[in-house]
Amino acid sequence: MYAFLWRRLPGPWPVRAALALVLLLVVVAVLFQWGFPLLAPLMPFNDGTVSK
Amino acid sequence: MRAIRVAVQGLGELFITLGVVLLLFVAWQLWWTDVEAGRSQAATTRQLEQTWKHELTTSPPAAKVAAPSYKQIPMGKAFALIRVPRFGRDYVRPILQGTELSILDEGVGHYVQSVGPGAIGNFALAGHRVTYAKPFNQIAELRPGDPIVIETRTTWYVYRVVSHIIVTPDRVDVVAPVPEKPGAKATTAMMTMTACHPEFSASHRYVVFSRLVQTLPKAGGAVPSALTAAVGP
Repeated sequence: MYAFLWRRLPGPWPVRAALALVLLLVVVAVLFQWGFPLLAPLMPFNDGTVSK
Repeated sequence: MRAIRVAVQGLGELFITLGVVLLLFVAWQLWWTDVEAGRSQAATTRQLEQTWKHELTTSPPAAKVAAPSYKQIPMGKAFALIRVPRFGRDYVRPILQGTELSILDEGVGHYVQSVGPGAIGNFALAGHRVTYAKPFNQIAELRPGDPIVIETRTTWYVYRVVSHIIVTPDRVDVVAPVPEKPGAKATTAMMTMTACHPEFSASHRYVVFSRLVQTLPKAGGAVPSALTAAVGP
């Protein structure tokens, strides 16, 4: 999967490395902004209220 | 043979990726939510203080506004500030209407069915013990007699801690008008704070009860002495 991705990236290796880094940051940003907030309410330590 | 090798390699990469995502989630939950919520809660606090200051200078003091009905405050709206000297000199967090998870991420939540600050009955609050800038992180450090100061648009309310209990999450009687006595008629102004317990668990709730000891109108710039006095041992 990653080897395939590396082969598909254009340019010499420094360009590829930079592109890979940008891709990685985009993925992390998407997870932080939208992915994890959807997951958080399912975590056991986030509820501090009493309710029936 | 080659197909098997590719499949195994792909599976391995998938698991490594999942592991990294899991670590990222932990970092997000334990660190990033604090950063983000801390910023947002500080902004809400500043905004509330500015609105109050603005109202104080623009509306004539004679124009007495009727005491707000706290049940009518829209969900998620910040309407008061909480200061707890035990949690630090600079500790101040907004109190928002409602206790849904999305609201608790933005500050301390007010149980909608409970009374407002200073009123006879039980002013009940919930807050995160961990994550999302953890407003009630140090709740277990509160000692009887510790002041908890609530600031509204017009008034300071000083409560003092009476006791604490650790209960299961279904014990809604801790936020009853008379704490732990559901159905009883309230005669004193109490306050309840709830947070999860132990930290990083939802198995129990850490509950602190306080009693109102002082009501101080903000007009004239008075500040309760509880905010400047030294915190006990």
